[in-house]
Amino acid sequence: MLLFIEQLINGLQLGVMLFLMSAGLTLVFGIMQVINLAHGSFYMIGAYVAATVTIHSGSFLLGMFAGLVVAAIIGMIVEFTILRQLYNRDHLDQVLATFGLIFFFNELSRIIWGRQPLFMDIPTWLNGTVEILPDIHYPLYRLAIIVVGIMVALFLYLLFSRTRLGMQIRAGATNRDIISALGVNIKLLYTLVFGLGVMLAALAGVMAGPILAVEVGMGESILILTFVVIVIGGIGSVQGALVGALLVGLVDTLGRAYLPTILSSIFSSQIGNTLGAPIASMSIYILMAVILAFKPSGLFSVQNRVDS
Amino acid sequence: MKKITFLVALVMAGALSALGAEPVKIGMITTLSTKAGYLGEDIRDGFKLAIAQGEGKLGNIPVELLVEDDGRKPGKGKQIAQRFMKKDKVQILTGIVFSNVAMAVVPKVVRSNVFYVSPNAGPSALAGKGCHENYFNVAWQNDNLHEAVGQYVTEKKFNNVYLIAPNYPAGKDAITGFKRFYKGKIAGEVYTTLGQSDYAAELSTLKSKKPDAVYFFLPGGMGINFIKQYAQAGLNKAVPLFGPAFSFDERILKAVGDAAVGVINGSQWSSDLDTPTNNEFVSAFKKAYGRTPTLYASQGYDGAMLIGSALKAVDGDMKKTNAFRKALNKADFTSVRGNFSFGKNNHPVQDIYVREVIKDANGNYTNRIVKKVFTNHTDAYAQECKK
Repeated sequence: MLLFIEQLINGLQLGVMLFLMSAGLTLVFGIMQVINLAHGSFYMIGAYVAATVTIHSGSFLLGMFAGLVVAAIIGMIVEFTILRQLYNRDHLDQVLATFGLIFFFNELSRIIWGRQPLFMDIPTWLNGTVEILPDIHYPLYRLAIIVVGIMVALFLYLLFSRTRLGMQIRAGATNRDIISALGVNIKLLYTLVFGLGVMLAALAGVMAGPILAVEVGMGESILILTFVVIVIGGIGSVQGALVGALLVGLVDTLGRAYLPTILSSIFSSQIGNTLGAPIASMSIYILMAVILAFKPSGLFSVQNRVDS
Repeated sequence: MKKITFLVALVMAGALSALGAEPVKIGMITTLSTKAGYLGEDIRDGFKLAIAQGEGKLGNIPVELLVEDDGRKPGKGKQIAQRFMKKDKVQILTGIVFSNVAMAVVPKVVRSNVFYVSPNAGPSALAGKGCHENYFNVAWQNDNLHEAVGQYVTEKKFNNVYLIAPNYPAGKDAITGFKRFYKGKIAGEVYTTLGQSDYAAELSTLKSKKPDAVYFFLPGGMGINFIKQYAQAGLNKAVPLFGPAFSFDERILKAVGDAAVGVINGSQWSSDLDTPTNNEFVSAFKKAYGRTPTLYASQGYDGAMLIGSALKAVDGDMKKTNAFRKALNKADFTSVRGNFSFGKNNHPVQDIYVREVIKDANGNYTNRIVKKVFTNHTDAYAQECKK
């Protein structure tokens, strides 16, 4: 039972990471109608910059700040120079262009940082474990990730429902032409939204840095899960991203933790060990298929868009 | 006087013919791109160091090294091999890092009477029934390093070990190799998805099984993630971690830091192995590339030295294929790892050690030999080889 609770927390933590990634991606798609495959690259850039600055300055917070700022600036430059040309084009063109960006950023990182994965450690004040339940020691850093995720979700909620900027963004998502006719600088708005999305991806990258290997191509492995999340949640919906991310995080973690054991108890342990891992890694796609069968446009579909 | 003139003429003619000889081409198919690119980079750099030390020659025969990146893809490896053999008329190939690429390339190459010297991959399929007289492995058979740790863990009286490896052939081989020499109980056996980056769920389950040791095989970035997360969960203080050398090469250690210190790992080579050849190799490598060589670099270097010894025996004449094969089989070179000879299946018969990860006086992370586990160790498949 205690183990089950620990696995639930693990699932929650993975879900939070996925939420940070998918919130940015779904925001950009929902508001700007752009499919950005290079989202994972910003995750990587965030991690690389944060690791570099942390190594040289010794301060994790400074590294985090630098990672977010640098990634956001690069993101806005990309939006300004490349994506702007693509708003009125087909999704396929956007996919091709942003897919190209993945290669560009991977190679650029290899030129700058080389093939040696960077080392990034947990700051001492977040190191160690906490006894969350009797006899269950959980890494403090992973709890911190959950807290950051909840704060980001709150921040996004307040931004969209309580601020003028949020209102403009929502309006821009519904009808681009009307809002620019009302005197809102929609181009600037788009650049800002894109910068925000990139910053969330970079935040996920920075948070992942101390847990994972900071290396070229680290963004691609999480990108696929991110797409699963936004498809489940409903493309363009931030609430959907939150629910989808938590669902995927829980299903993936619990699947990995319990499927081999369950299969072993039904069949032989050999079959359980051989089939457990592949079926566990399939579980989120099965979840996606089931949800799409009943809700073809995701759990929280966004259907209020007026196409111009 | 006449005699001397004659001698001089002879020497000069000899020098001329050596000068005029075409360099022997060696084709290297290796992995330079992708996350695992550093493996191929070190094999190549080790190989190149041997050539540089001979001033462009191996075994005093001029050689030309052609290097191509297989991108970790079996299909691409195959294409490169074709091109090397057809277009460049290469008769010696080497370099492949990954077993799946080796399986796609090697059988076809050796059947076309081209020699293949493996500086890394040693899949069991090529060591047993699928062995070939033109296939030589200068590194190890895949199971070897795992076997050494299995033996050591048993000697140290660990009796409830938890096993973790990715769900693919080399992962299964690793666990098989470990179990071949480990005699105690198994607390749990988990196969993860290849390329997985987060191990929170596995670590929680592992903790609940209360093993007295953990053996893991997770090559490349997977290992970095696992070791870091293992330490972050506070497990490194409670349950000793064991692994093969692949997750503890000097490049990975740099990315893992303190989390790996104290981990025992199995290897056929270590930078602190105190032989004159090895000391010379390590300092020359550091001088040439500014970093500590990894075991991959040592394997690349040994591969070059082996080829050099055979080239010398046939005087650079690759038409003498039988003589060249015999010379390769003799392994008449001083390996950086000390004892080295070929077994029945052209795989190494060598000593295997366990090493401990340490932080040296300069603050760099590296390995130190703890113990020689096997002397003149061969692999479990040699008996099945009937070439």
